[in-house]
Amino acid sequence: MSFPLLTATVVLPAIGAVATAAVPAARREAAKWLALLFSLGTLALATAVLLNFQPGGDRYQLTESHAWIPAFGVRYELGVDGIGVAMIALTAVIVPFLIGAGWNDADPREGETPADRRWRPTQGFFALILMVQAMVIMSFAATDIFLFYIFFEAMLIPMYFLIGGFGDRAGEHGEERQSKQRTYAAVKFLLYNLAGGLVMLAAVVGLYAVTAGQLEGGGTFSLQAITEARATGELTFAQNTERLLFLGFFLAFAIKAPLWPLHTWLPNAMGESTAPVAVLITAVVDKVGTFAMLRFCLGLFPEASVWATPVVLALALVSIIYGALLALGQRDMKRLIAYASISHFGFIVLGIFAMTGQGQSGATLYMVNHGIATAALMLVAGFLISRRGSRLIADYGGVQKTAPVLAGTFLVGGLATLSLPGTGPFVSEFLVLVGTYSRYPVAGIIACAGIVLAALYVLILYQRTMTGPTRPDLERMPDLRPRELAVVGPLIALVLFLGVFPKPLTDIVDPAVEHTLSDVGVEDPAPEVEARP
Amino acid sequence: MESLIGLLLAPPLLGAAVLLLGGRRLDRVGHWIGTALAATSFAVAVVLFADLLGRDAGDRTLTQHLYSWIPVGGFQADIAFRLDQLSMTFVLLITSVGTLIHLYSVGYMEHDERRRRFFGYLNLFLAAMLLLVLADNYLLLYVGWEGVGLASFLLIGFWQHKPSAATAAKKAFVVNRVGDIGLAIAILVMFTTFGTFAFGEVLPAAAEGGATETTMTLIGLMLLLAACGKSAQVPLQSWLGDAMEGPTPVSALIHAATMVTAGVYLIVRSGAIFEAAPDAQTAVIVVGAVTLIFGAIVGCAKDDIKKALAGSTMSQIGYMMLAAGLGPIGFVFAIMHLVTHGFFKAGLFLGAGSVMHGMNDEVDMRRYGGLRRYMPVTFVTFGLGYLAIIGFPYLSGFFSKDEIIYAAFGRGGAQGWILGGVTLLGAGLTAYYMTRIMILTFFGEKRWQPDAAGNEPHPHESPRTMTIPMIVLAVGSVFAGFLFNLNHAFVDWLSPVTGIAEGDSPVSHLTVSIAATTVMLIGVAIAWLQYGRRPVPDHAPTGRWVTRAARRDLLQDDFNHAAFVLPGNYLTRGLVYVDHKLVDGVVNGTAAAFGGLSGRLRRVQNGYARSYAVSMFGGAALLIAVTLLMRAV
Repeated sequence: MSFPLLTATVVLPAIGAVATAAVPAARREAAKWLALLFSLGTLALATAVLLNFQPGGDRYQLTESHAWIPAFGVRYELGVDGIGVAMIALTAVIVPFLIGAGWNDADPREGETPADRRWRPTQGFFALILMVQAMVIMSFAATDIFLFYIFFEAMLIPMYFLIGGFGDRAGEHGEERQSKQRTYAAVKFLLYNLAGGLVMLAAVVGLYAVTAGQLEGGGTFSLQAITEARATGELTFAQNTERLLFLGFFLAFAIKAPLWPLHTWLPNAMGESTAPVAVLITAVVDKVGTFAMLRFCLGLFPEASVWATPVVLALALVSIIYGALLALGQRDMKRLIAYASISHFGFIVLGIFAMTGQGQSGATLYMVNHGIATAALMLVAGFLISRRGSRLIADYGGVQKTAPVLAGTFLVGGLATLSLPGTGPFVSEFLVLVGTYSRYPVAGIIACAGIVLAALYVLILYQRTMTGPTRPDLERMPDLRPRELAVVGPLIALVLFLGVFPKPLTDIVDPAVEHTLSDVGVEDPAPEVEARP
Repeated sequence: MESLIGLLLAPPLLGAAVLLLGGRRLDRVGHWIGTALAATSFAVAVVLFADLLGRDAGDRTLTQHLYSWIPVGGFQADIAFRLDQLSMTFVLLITSVGTLIHLYSVGYMEHDERRRRFFGYLNLFLAAMLLLVLADNYLLLYVGWEGVGLASFLLIGFWQHKPSAATAAKKAFVVNRVGDIGLAIAILVMFTTFGTFAFGEVLPAAAEGGATETTMTLIGLMLLLAACGKSAQVPLQSWLGDAMEGPTPVSALIHAATMVTAGVYLIVRSGAIFEAAPDAQTAVIVVGAVTLIFGAIVGCAKDDIKKALAGSTMSQIGYMMLAAGLGPIGFVFAIMHLVTHGFFKAGLFLGAGSVMHGMNDEVDMRRYGGLRRYMPVTFVTFGLGYLAIIGFPYLSGFFSKDEIIYAAFGRGGAQGWILGGVTLLGAGLTAYYMTRIMILTFFGEKRWQPDAAGNEPHPHESPRTMTIPMIVLAVGSVFAGFLFNLNHAFVDWLSPVTGIAEGDSPVSHLTVSIAATTVMLIGVAIAWLQYGRRPVPDHAPTGRWVTRAARRDLLQDDFNHAAFVLPGNYLTRGLVYVDHKLVDGVVNGTAAAFGGLSGRLRRVQNGYARSYAVSMFGGAALLIAVTLLMRAV
């Protein structure tokens, strides 16, 4: 039996979480280094996954399969296609930077009593991040629906504590108010996602019931088994059953993604948590939602997916425009970035449900690029906030004069967010637009409006915070420190690299997208005129 | 030779990277590194030009395929370059004027502590602009297209501490992005129609006429939208005047000689598409004609020397657009005017910069006067540029502009007469506003006064690094047109790419020349009567409503504010309210309906985490139980 690489990639950060949590509170520096070490180890394992994956090979690779709860046909089944590999790589790349960026975020504050520290221990912060990482990677690797569901839900617990327990340094509103808002955000996050999860649970159980009724070997949760049985005709869904099950899954994923109008938890959660946790939410955890739409909604319920397409596309378009307009209206820079993310998730969902090769490849690339670009922008915003102790845009001005490197990296992060050509997000956004336009021209053109709105909200943010005369209270603001530069520099390099040479990524993702589209049974529209010589 | 094409781009790209990442230790040499790299690019361009000249006219297209950029199914985008006569012309213009302006900036930016960064941005601009004209497909062109937009943004806002500069930079980028949507949609339509967006495949297919005219018109109009943004044509013209907030070398290079002409390049490059879409062509002509007059009127009213020149730039690009809209009758002359304009307008801007350099950065022409005595070199070079732009016989503007006027008449019928009339009127207006600038700046009595701090300007000639580029450009402004017309050199050079056609002009070349010269003299005379014969008031008279509107750029910003900014602000504010009260409210309400969750949500103040963890595990237990039950049933 070959080495269970995927299991190792999940288990290592989990062990890291336990080990970090076990470090005594007095030695918190050791806890930070330990967490960083484990995250780098996970990155090494993820690299091994990437290298061992054969782009032209089987659909699911590095598979592992063991019986787990035989009574219900629940199996411990792992496997990755190109999309899964890309998402695992993204997660593994991002987390070390989050640990580096949040290095001092959970340190004891002035005047804090041990009782205050009970809910925000330094080592706990890093342990929770690693725990989330382990669960997210498991969600990307699980091909057993039940297994996926457990981790899809379980990651809410560490996320809840991360949002509710650790916030920015208190602003002028005072710690008590801040703490209330944090708790509100955390509870809102939890209840929203739990509600979605419960609906999905019903659908998971329903799916099991259908398979149990039709398959000779009894009910199963195995994605591959169900897909195969559907292909051979051994398993058929009644139209209404399929649609209901689809909706159950889709609702949970749309909340996680998040899609308009189920998005309102995100600005609260991202605004109240520290910048690294905000990135963890939007760049990593939320991606499980869009990833699961591709893998489970389209893979399990192709006909219902096609049935729901018009409505989903409409919601995606609303998300794009609405998110961007709301970003324009924000006074808090972290909430601004959160609404920008809602707009970007609209693009991802649009790409997935356009049901074209370019659209879905673009959506997958979008998940990766959005993760990295938003990380760059949000983490620099976090560095800025940590200097002044305020998230309000109006509290800044003329920062580029005193902190030119900070302003420069903020601008590059912003330009990536507005999908400037030459950065990774451009490639993915254009692919989504092409994929959408070739099947739904009107939707493609509406989505193009997002191009202008993104320029507006990014550049207005930059102008208000970084340009103009320097505010007197910011005149002695320090520029980026070496640790901060070490976090942002590589992220920016990666964003540029993926903009100039995305081929390594498209080579992996493309075959997986073709499989997904053949599940659904659609083909790309052919050009109207044959132009090739 | 093909492999040299990439080498055109490499030096400025390297320069941008080194200068922007190099840090303070490069401060002392950064400007020379930037200038040397620009010059290197120019040298490579000359080598390639010599190579092209040595080939047969039909064999002057070089291509270089670097690598596959975005391969996704049928969507194949490559990093590949194409060098033909059209792009070669641009490469020579960009690298030559670019190098001269780098040199000029060494002196102009001498006292700026961020000079290294300025040169980094200038190099970035050169790289992006070269990419734009060398790209072998529309998507790569798009990269260059937004790349120059980025460089323009960075350079307009170079003095970021000035709120006006930061606002102007943002405005330029956003308005350009509106145009960029056009380019994006054009590429989307091309891809769905032809399955490709490479020049070598789309353009022949368009010429064959496989696609419907509606499709081609859509592509054409979208390309026109893009061109309007980049080239500051009506209705996306509003950013150019504000862009003058940037340092003057930037205005000369980006906002006069090169970047703003990219729209003309796009339309000429896509000639085959427009040939298949007559309605789109007409739209190009209309945009060109309207902007031609619009820009000229604005140019007549401005007292800020750079803004007056910016109005002029819009107007001159209007000429090029109009010519490009005429099809093969006008393509060659659009590009010819673009090149001659590149020389004389860059020269004029550098002259304006030289004046400002000597006048403590004063831009109000009513505070100038009589400067010819203090700045002889600037006066002579600016004067030659002036003669060139107004179309003084046998200077470069004379040749290129007359050809456009002639081609406009060649449109035939009533349209021909209208377009011919508009272009002639434009020539008169050009002569008027340029004479006005000339007189206000260099003639008459001195009108400058001490500024608020009591410093009186001491006008002086600029250093050698600044005057040499001005002299070179002035020489170009004088002779370029004549050389281009020698043996039809320019027409023969370019027509294999762009095609050429004779219109049925109702008037002869000679008539056009006489008419244009007459109109020009009238314009000069009116300006002289108004500003030369009597003293210039140092505050602008109130003027009639036309003048007042023209000073406000014909109310462009008022219109945009009322039509887009205000409603946009109300919309976003309204949506913020809706999101909070309605969308979030409904969700909270729904949650309340499902068991008072909302109430609990509000009551929870802090630290009840454990109870939620417990309820979650309760949920998990429920899950197992339900599954067991299902199994049992």
